Amino acid sequence: MSTETRSELAPRFGEFGGRYIPEVLVAAHEELEESYEAARRDPAFREELATLQRHYAGRPTPLYFAERLTEEVGGARLWLKREDLAHTGAHKINNALGQALLAKRLGKPRIIAETGAGQHGVATATVCAKLNLECVVYMGTEDIRRQSLNVFRMKMLGAEVVPVDSGSRTLKDAINEAMRDWVTNVRTTHYLIGSAIGPHPFPTMVRDFQAVIGQEAREQMLEQAGRLPDVAVACVGGGSNAIGLFHPFIEDPVRLVGVEAAGEGLAEPGRNAATLVAGSPGVLHGTRTYLLQDEAGQILDTHSISAGLDYPGVGPEHSWLKVTERAEYIATDDAEALDGFQRLTRSEGIIPALEPAHAILPAIRLADEIGEGGDVLIGLSGRGDKDMHTVAEALGVTL
Amino acid sequence: MSERLRARFAEAKGEGRAAFVAYVMAGFPEPDQTVPLLLGLEAGGADVIELGVPFTDPLADGATIQRANEVAVAAGVTFADCLGMVREARAQGLSAPLVLMGYDNPLLAYGEERAAADAADAGADGFIVVDLPPDEAGAFRKACADHGVSFVPLIAPTTAESRMGEVASVADSFIYCVSVTGTTGGAAVPPEVGELVATIRQHTDVPIAVGFGVSTEEQVARVGRVAEGVIVGSAIIAAIEGGSVEGCVDRVRAYVERVTGRSREGA
Repeated sequence: MSTETRSELAPRFGEFGGRYIPEVLVAAHEELEESYEAARRDPAFREELATLQRHYAGRPTPLYFAERLTEEVGGARLWLKREDLAHTGAHKINNALGQALLAKRLGKPRIIAETGAGQHGVATATVCAKLNLECVVYMGTEDIRRQSLNVFRMKMLGAEVVPVDSGSRTLKDAINEAMRDWVTNVRTTHYLIGSAIGPHPFPTMVRDFQAVIGQEAREQMLEQAGRLPDVAVACVGGGSNAIGLFHPFIEDPVRLVGVEAAGEGLAEPGRNAATLVAGSPGVLHGTRTYLLQDEAGQILDTHSISAGLDYPGVGPEHSWLKVTERAEYIATDDAEALDGFQRLTRSEGIIPALEPAHAILPAIRLADEIGEGGDVLIGLSGRGDKDMHTVAEALGVTL
Repeated sequence: MSERLRARFAEAKGEGRAAFVAYVMAGFPEPDQTVPLLLGLEAGGADVIELGVPFTDPLADGATIQRANEVAVAAGVTFADCLGMVREARAQGLSAPLVLMGYDNPLLAYGEERAAADAADAGADGFIVVDLPPDEAGAFRKACADHGVSFVPLIAPTTAESRMGEVASVADSFIYCVSVTGTTGGAAVPPEVGELVATIRQHTDVPIAVGFGVSTEEQVARVGRVAEGVIVGSAIIAAIEGGSVEGCVDRVRAYVERVTGRSREGA
């Protein structure tokens, strides 16, 4: 019965990960694990995914030297890995394509997904339209309010968007509701989880599908900068873009810095989403990982200006990178994220999503600290069109 | 204690009937109603009681039990409080075996070893942990065994037959058979549940109790003909919600008397 004996994929990252799920879902996870193991070894699957990544998603995405921002800072060179230029405007498409192809292999015609900022929902609705799969997206009512444009995009793409009005009405609750759908419809349905979270094999599988970010960036750094970066910086909510960027650099002498959302500050529990910085280990959504929780093990409410980081858990591999000290995790608050958002927008003409906007000021500080001759790589996980209403509201502008 | 659970299933079997297993959520509708509700369930005829341990994210539960969780969490009911309620109910004469049911994280926060030890000390007899399949439960199962409380595994319609024997082998009191793929309080128990129980039966002699989708007298009777135990949860929560807070114990007791067709007054 041990998952170790059946699989070549390790179910844990040290003490983190695993498969803490209702019995009704055990068979589906075993089936998924077997299918993914076979797919990742299958040249035809890899070729099909690579073709879609290239001709449909627009990969490889550019590595862009942020020249003006670098001049302003006067330190190390700042580089942006432009996932905002991938189809649908964020890195989410990488994982959505991979898992949707896998669902086809599994013969499951129905896809469910959760979404926070709506980027994963849009990516999933997009690949479902392309691959002719039924698509249902669960989304908290608070996020629906914040991300109405993405809700409409999903509907235009043919997805059903189901509002979730329980708990904090954000990403966590959307995941709960997607899980409830899955325990009910598991025989016909694949749950296309949007981050490197959840039960084994999701954290490994999502990381593998997102590792294309770091693989490309590593090659592009060597080609364009002539060296590896001194540090790679990425925002962390569930942590899929960060683990995708970090993973190919793990064996390299490259500092890895994950930036969480400090929201309105770390002092008050429930008003931030800095899971690794302020949390402790526990079990949520099928995996053992760091969580924002109270002393009794109840999950805390979270807050971040960015819906995509507004989550009280984090991918288990990040927990492991934290405790092994291979990566560092810091947190940036709402105001600093807005500041980073404006700095990048004004100096480079690139409007980042509020999620990666959290990584901008920390990257600038690192560039300053490292100094000239150094290189800082920033994971620019998505574009900011979806956040215009939120930013306007935060800046006191009425549209 | 595991022994108290085994004895109660054996007793029901000796009387030629299935054991009636009744669920309430600790702290719902209000914390001071839980002990009276536990006593009311027993008086109404419940053989075994499941006491829900509140959690913020009950992802296997339908709307009814989700609401009960939200109310109990909002009232600040912790795992430690649940143990206090069990202790008080025992002091007031509760004799039915009682199993704590919930999710893994509150137990982890309390400490698995300490949870098993203190549960035994408070007078609880076992645990059902929805998101802790036997594969991940090594340490907690050992803690339960060390303290004589039962770890109750679940088997679902999607459980591969090749896995049933392994899951059943960890059971030392009863097995919780989930009748449908779904959440609690969702689809009604399907006619083919008898076949599922029969399949499980080929792998174990441990009593099998069936839950999910069981609420009416007819369903209770039908499940009672194919399994050693019948589990009702959402319907009891609905009975609690169906009127005034002060009247909840009477309504729950009346419901249990009606569906079991008996009562254990003075038991």
